[in-house]
Amino acid sequence: MGKELKLMKGNEAFAEAAIRAGVDGYFGYPITPQSEVMEYLTAEKPHERTGMIVLQAESEVASINMLYGGAACGKKVMTSSSSPGISLMQEGISYMAGAELPCVLLNVVRGGPGLGTIQPSQADYFQSTKGGGHGDYHTIVLAPSSVQEMYDYVELGYELAFKYRTPVMVQSDGAIGQMMEKVQTGDQKIRLTEEEIIRNCPWATTGKTPNRERNIITSLNLDSLVQEKHNIKLQKKYREIEAVEVRFEKIQCDDAEFLFVAYGTSARICLKSIQILRAKGIKVGLFRPITLYPFPKEPLYKMVKNVKGILSVEMSAGQMIEDIKLAVECKVPVYHFGRMGGIIPSPTEVADFLEHQFIKG
Amino acid sequence: MADTITKAEIINPENLVYKKTSMMTNNVLSYCPGCGHGTAHRIIMEVIDEMGLQAKTIGVAPVGCSVLAYDFMNIDMQQAAHGRAPALATAIKRLHPEKTVFTYQGDGDLAAIGTAETIHAANRGENFTIFFINNGIYGMTGGQMAPTTLEGMKSSTTPYGREWQRMGHPLKMTELIAQLPGTYYVTRQAVHTPVSVRKAKKAVRTAIELQQQNKGLTFVEIVSNCNSGWKMTPVQANQWMVDNMFPFYPLGDIKVDGELVKK
Ligand SMILES: Cc1ncc(C[n+]2csc(CCOP(=O)(O)OP(=O)(O)O)c2C)c(N)n1
Ligand code: SF4
Repeated sequence: MGKELKLMKGNEAFAEAAIRAGVDGYFGYPITPQSEVMEYLTAEKPHERTGMIVLQAESEVASINMLYGGAACGKKVMTSSSSPGISLMQEGISYMAGAELPCVLLNVVRGGPGLGTIQPSQADYFQSTKGGGHGDYHTIVLAPSSVQEMYDYVELGYELAFKYRTPVMVQSDGAIGQMMEKVQTGDQKIRLTEEEIIRNCPWATTGKTPNRERNIITSLNLDSLVQEKHNIKLQKKYREIEAVEVRFEKIQCDDAEFLFVAYGTSARICLKSIQILRAKGIKVGLFRPITLYPFPKEPLYKMVKNVKGILSVEMSAGQMIEDIKLAVECKVPVYHFGRMGGIIPSPTEVADFLEHQFIKG
Repeated sequence: MADTITKAEIINPENLVYKKTSMMTNNVLSYCPGCGHGTAHRIIMEVIDEMGLQAKTIGVAPVGCSVLAYDFMNIDMQQAAHGRAPALATAIKRLHPEKTVFTYQGDGDLAAIGTAETIHAANRGENFTIFFINNGIYGMTGGQMAPTTLEGMKSSTTPYGREWQRMGHPLKMTELIAQLPGTYYVTRQAVHTPVSVRKAKKAVRTAIELQQQNKGLTFVEIVSNCNSGWKMTPVQANQWMVDNMFPFYPLGDIKVDGELVKK
């Protein structure tokens, strides 16, 4: 199938991108606001389009462990869920990080804690960027702020996941998952053959043949010295990711005296707030992290000499602000503005806060 | 002394009556002496060897004493989180229908923390084989009560014996699994005597053969001992197993060719 221009929901774009990226298997469990991913996939009959397998698992615990099994065979595997389901997956994500298995996970974040609400939120930032499960590990976290990016980060996600043998989380929210925008799709990629997988992933459990040693996928090392060595190897990988995989966007930052730092839906709101504020002569720009982990520390630090203050806008009680403060080393004041429990702040609300509470306050 | 055979004569090829299968590695088993895990490993690997399946087999061992099965089984293997082996195996087999896939799970793993994964894989009729080692206890963590612990049986968390009123009844997972239309062959075996080992091996082979015919889930329970957890010598443990485990967990086929065996 060639490139197409389509009007799609964020969740559908993600699903279409999965088929076109040549994903081998999707394993999921329904939860609002992301159920369209599996609904779209089952309706599209990907087993006929590409041979891709789609399976509704009995729980998120099962689906993440299905990813483990498939990824350990070198296959491109995927799941999607929303906050409570992602919480259930944390043990499995930790195992996959420990066993160095690639996969792409989508979290269409909703308000918490607990069952919370089905409305959009960004309150899973700590969970996704700081590890989430047990042990010292990170997953790469990509934050789309449009339906197009929901599509694009599938392919990018697999590129990174296989390059570093690590789970990659696409961290979206209920607004981007549910809204419709135009999407430019890519070409259909052909799924890898067994031979290509064996060549690309010599570590995968594809059946022990006489020409190689056994392949074992495990996160277990009972000998602490060996386990520490493994940890050191993982940490080296994370330092490399932090050095080369930082992604971000700067909008109207050249003359900005104040800076919004926001991702996903909040970044879109800030764009509107910037218009409102600039009309009043207040020079504001937006720094949008695209990788939440690795957080774009240095690029943000480089900007502090030109600005008077930073406002972190996030639909949470203030989670990303901790990374911002660490990045700018307290050289400028950093504040947080956010709504919680599934409320999306309005652009005026954000602009008012910057103007009245932050600048004048 | 003239008629005793020498060591050199014994190792003559024509005197060879038994040889360790090359599908078992040379690593020293981590199991307690007398434990059934080692024998269960061996018969599975002998079948893989005899059927020439090494290059086609992917094994999954979750958490339990057999967590290190990958050190002993000479095939590609995945280590799973506690209870989750059937989820891994589901994906492996769906993505590699031509491979032989099995899980090797303890009773805590399969019948407690992994009940959902086990039942749903069985109910979907996934085409892999589950080897279920039922020793009525949590061996690895030091002998706590398992779902399979018999009534009255002592463990480190039932120091006065299991009372069903407070601790629930022992769970017959294998009978439960056999009820599901997704399972094709369900059997209960043991490995404590040469005869039982031969029978168990035959069951392992049947399960693997049926898996190749895509008939649905095949399930082999092996009632085993945990002499360390039971605080017995290996000989006492085997006798205790015969006297107490077998009456509650009777050996034999439970489902054959997709039909429950009438008793
Ligand atoms: C999530 C989780 N909970 C608990 C444990 C601790 N644990 C390790 S093995 C085990 C029980 C294993 O018992 P069983 O499955 O019967 O196997 P056996 O050791 O008897 O062969 C437990 C509870 C764990 N590893 N992971
Ligand atoms: S603790 Fe029990 S199950 Fe584990 S190796 Fe020892 S005897 Fe076997």
